[in-house]
Amino acid sequence: MPFDWQPVWLTLKLATVTTLVLLLLGTPLAWWLARSRAWWKEAVGSLVALPLVLPPTVLGFYLLLLLGPEGPGGRLSQALGLGTLPFTFAGLVVGSVVYSLPFVVQPIRNAFEAMGERPLEVAATLRAGPLDRFLGVALPLARPGFLTGAVLGFAHTVGEFGVVLMIGGNIPGETKVLSVAIYDHVEALEWPQAHWYAGGMVLFSFAVVLAMYLLERRLRRVGS
Amino acid sequence: MRRLSRLLVALISLLSAPLVDAGVLRLAVASNFTDVVRELVPLFVKETGHNLLISSGSSGKLYSQIENGAPFEVLLSADTRIPAKVEASGLAVAGSRFVYAKGRLALWSAKPGLFGDGKAYLRAAAFNHLAIANPKTAPYGLAAQQTLERLGFWQPLQGKLVQGESIAQAFQFAATGNAEAGLIALSQVRAWKGTPGSVWEVPAEFHAPIEQAAVLLKKGEANPAAAAFLQFLKGETARQVIRAYGYDDSRGIDAL
Repeated sequence: MPFDWQPVWLTLKLATVTTLVLLLLGTPLAWWLARSRAWWKEAVGSLVALPLVLPPTVLGFYLLLLLGPEGPGGRLSQALGLGTLPFTFAGLVVGSVVYSLPFVVQPIRNAFEAMGERPLEVAATLRAGPLDRFLGVALPLARPGFLTGAVLGFAHTVGEFGVVLMIGGNIPGETKVLSVAIYDHVEALEWPQAHWYAGGMVLFSFAVVLAMYLLERRLRRVGS
Repeated sequence: MRRLSRLLVALISLLSAPLVDAGVLRLAVASNFTDVVRELVPLFVKETGHNLLISSGSSGKLYSQIENGAPFEVLLSADTRIPAKVEASGLAVAGSRFVYAKGRLALWSAKPGLFGDGKAYLRAAAFNHLAIANPKTAPYGLAAQQTLERLGFWQPLQGKLVQGESIAQAFQFAATGNAEAGLIALSQVRAWKGTPGSVWEVPAEFHAPIEQAAVLLKKGEANPAAAAFLQFLKGETARQVIRAYGYDDSRGIDAL
């Protein structure tokens, strides 16, 4: 049986799109969480962190109900002419964004908090506007947080299984990502194919984690 | 420190104490038959005084677990292949296999009045998703594939098929309405407590028979509860329940 690359490309595509969406949504969210003085800020922070502790089955179950034809998310997507999202690539992106949200928001928030008020105040005295301060001072200073968040979000999405299994429907080229393909092969007792994917995942994950540690060490040395 | 170690010793002895008494049967059952077993348990307990501990999952998963030392004593598989494999690897009692149920396939939708003639519904294909179980791993998935192939709909419907990893998940896709309909087990329709929806029973000759076999595992050889359960499964009390769930029982019990 020839090696099937489709699940590999699909997984990389899903992780890339998810990471980009998370950086776009996560940055303003992390900024607000780092700087707001609202008393209910930590409630929002807890909501963001929930996927860390919830089993993927909870997320998958509720996503299936919410995005289904009778759920509020499903009604919205249908009204927008998108149809329902389960069993589609877009549905997996929605699921993955929820699932990996804390892995991206948390490091960025920490980076924003760690730089403190001072650089922004200094920039303000030099007459930098709010947008200037954010783009010219805060973003560059928080670079390590962004890198960590992007790597973690990407890797965590590659390693996603439960949510995808519950809302994916195992469609080749659309929702059959690596982890599902491995599960499929193991269930069908096709262990050689499972080994190729699974072994590759171990190597890939090790490389990602190692790269992140090395990167962090270098950034710390540069920073100090 | 000493107090901590004393606490640890207490914890360990607590955890290593057996959780189950003797006279209990550890039963591994395929997902599609779980509802029936739940209904059989009180009848079995009343008739024999033995008790049951049920683990359910896909037959493939149960197989891997048995191969790797799971403590199950009887296996109710969703096919005949896996019990044969278990016996071949010496983990089951030779000659103990028999067909306990023959599955029926049904086209089902959570929406009432959607179809009477399932064939016409499948031909018109006015739906976005049709749920089936994975044909590679689930016997009902294979039967669904054979049915669609026989009707000539397998190729045209490729873009609309969504696969559950088990027949339970295929049913769940249809029950939540995410798939408009599904080719699922008739027993699931019978066990369903929600709105009846639309059902079309797939004629049995549209696919190879879905024979589900039971086997006595080596770990249960000495347990009287295991023998009693297999006997009970062949008896009229159990047969009635099995029939009521939509399993075909016309030819009675087949030894393998």
